[in-house]
Amino acid sequence: MNGLLAVADLSGDPRRRAHDRRMQRLLGSSAFITIIISALILFVLARGSIDFLKSIGWDLGVLRDSSKAPGWFPRRERFDLITIVMGSVLMGSIAMLVAVPLGLGTAVYLSEFAPTRVRKILKPIVEVLAGIPSVIVGYFALKFIAPNIVDPIFSPDQSRNMVVAGLAIGVLVIPIMASISEDALRAVPSSLREASYGIGARKSTTTIRIVLPAAVSGIVAAFIIATSRAIGETMVAAMAGGRDGSGPRVLDPLEPGLTMTAAMTNAAGGTDQVNSGAPFQVLFFVGLLLFMMTMGLNVIGDRFVQRVRQQY
Amino acid sequence: MSTSDSPQESGALGVGADVSTSLAQEQQTKSDSIDLPIFAVRDLSVKYGEFRAVRDVTLDISEHEITAFIGPSGCGKTTVLRCLNRMNDFIDSAKVEGRIDYHGVDLYHEDVNPNEVRRRIGMVFQKPNPFPKSIFDNVAYGPRLTGGMSKADLNDLVERSLRRAALWDEVKDRLKASALGLSGGQQQRLCIARCIAVEPDVILMDEPCSALDPIATARIEDLMQEIKKDYTIIIVTHNMQQAARVSDRTAFFTTEMNTESDRRTGVLVEYDTTNKMFSVPSDERTEAYVTGRFG
Repeated sequence: MNGLLAVADLSGDPRRRAHDRRMQRLLGSSAFITIIISALILFVLARGSIDFLKSIGWDLGVLRDSSKAPGWFPRRERFDLITIVMGSVLMGSIAMLVAVPLGLGTAVYLSEFAPTRVRKILKPIVEVLAGIPSVIVGYFALKFIAPNIVDPIFSPDQSRNMVVAGLAIGVLVIPIMASISEDALRAVPSSLREASYGIGARKSTTTIRIVLPAAVSGIVAAFIIATSRAIGETMVAAMAGGRDGSGPRVLDPLEPGLTMTAAMTNAAGGTDQVNSGAPFQVLFFVGLLLFMMTMGLNVIGDRFVQRVRQQY
Repeated sequence: MSTSDSPQESGALGVGADVSTSLAQEQQTKSDSIDLPIFAVRDLSVKYGEFRAVRDVTLDISEHEITAFIGPSGCGKTTVLRCLNRMNDFIDSAKVEGRIDYHGVDLYHEDVNPNEVRRRIGMVFQKPNPFPKSIFDNVAYGPRLTGGMSKADLNDLVERSLRRAALWDEVKDRLKASALGLSGGQQQRLCIARCIAVEPDVILMDEPCSALDPIATARIEDLMQEIKKDYTIIIVTHNMQQAARVSDRTAFFTTEMNTESDRRTGVLVEYDTTNKMFSVPSDERTEAYVTGRFG
């Protein structure tokens, strides 16, 4: 060797390179399969929706038909969509009325006030709460929230109603609200807090005037993502919401109601099961609508999260 | 805003005169040239958990002068500075021992409200940290905390503060613009203006120029000379030339091996007028440091 190298000297072990390529292909295909699955879901929803629209002759008036008694009774070909959309909106709103103050309060406490020791204990508990299966929260709604909170205070006609389900869904999304908001608050540089303390501001003043405004886009993101989760929540809404498709056209949350998600589970099994025709196909339409609603919210939420990241 | 927790009626910091037995008057031996120190620090030690960051610091700080704290990294100069306005309160593990009298009042007395302390003893930080608000709102933040100021008075105060910080001419046409759009040096002057706006008594500066270029640094140094007749300034700096240029007195800190653990603890080596410290220091460690032989 007189100081010159051949390319082969620097090309490394061919077996290792082959291994590298195999690894890359394997990982790449898992990512690809995930995308394919998502696309398939969307495709199935879209196909079902089109079938449904065909079977009602593209007459969208059917979806908000108030000429007959309004309500969501797909087996009787009554597709009053407003009933179930309002059900979702109503229960989702009640849920957010619970989740925003409690979740944000938790986040502010954890991020700004809790001593390190307390935070180390509390934060994992909040995160464990996020992993509780919703069926358990459903039973919590039936066995605790309804008899111990809603019944004594409001004495509704039925124990299963939209307030009970809404409160329970709220409990379910508190951890989401708390966890994302807390991340946003902790992302605010401590130099800003110090600047405020350094002029003599109290902790509460600093939190309200400096930290919360600086974290606002993250908090909005938390709100949007939690809302999307609340609207998408199925089990609690079906278990505790009353499953009554005659619906909240009266807008009384103490009445039993039906969400879009619960309407879909209703038709998926049990005595209300449907397998064909417009009553079946409409579920795909509802599913697509739900999918677009939650996806829209997530996209908006994501925008806000991005803005937080760019700010500092 | 509630001001009920700032007990201004009863003495300087809400502490009755009876508890403020002035240490400064007892111990007048070392710094004979400082008649009435604004700060009298006695045997100050700070621990973070088990780690002793700095120990046994005793010094007097003179009013309307610029005092510089110099020394190598980890010597505790910033830790001592942050004790002077109780910024260490925010570190859960920090434990302050010894005593600091401010105008004769024990700063760590249980009845002293740290917010009131920090309103009087302002701070400018290493990295410029303007709020993500407008230039005007940055300066107005402090005055608005106490409230009760008319719009016109507030406008005046903001202008006066910006003028004092030598920033007014550069920003007077864009007071509503975001402070984050300013250059680093302008941001730091804005932070000084924000500090001045609450009309403090002391300004603590923690390496205020370390993130700035030489021109911006020179402007801040000029500014310090300009405002020292109204304020007492204590500056922590890594830059010995800066200490020599701006300060009246210099305290040199260094680290020494710790008997309890293998981490080093900061100690005060020597404290004197800047002239003496840089020409005829009495401790050889000071001499080695100021002549650039270590650090």
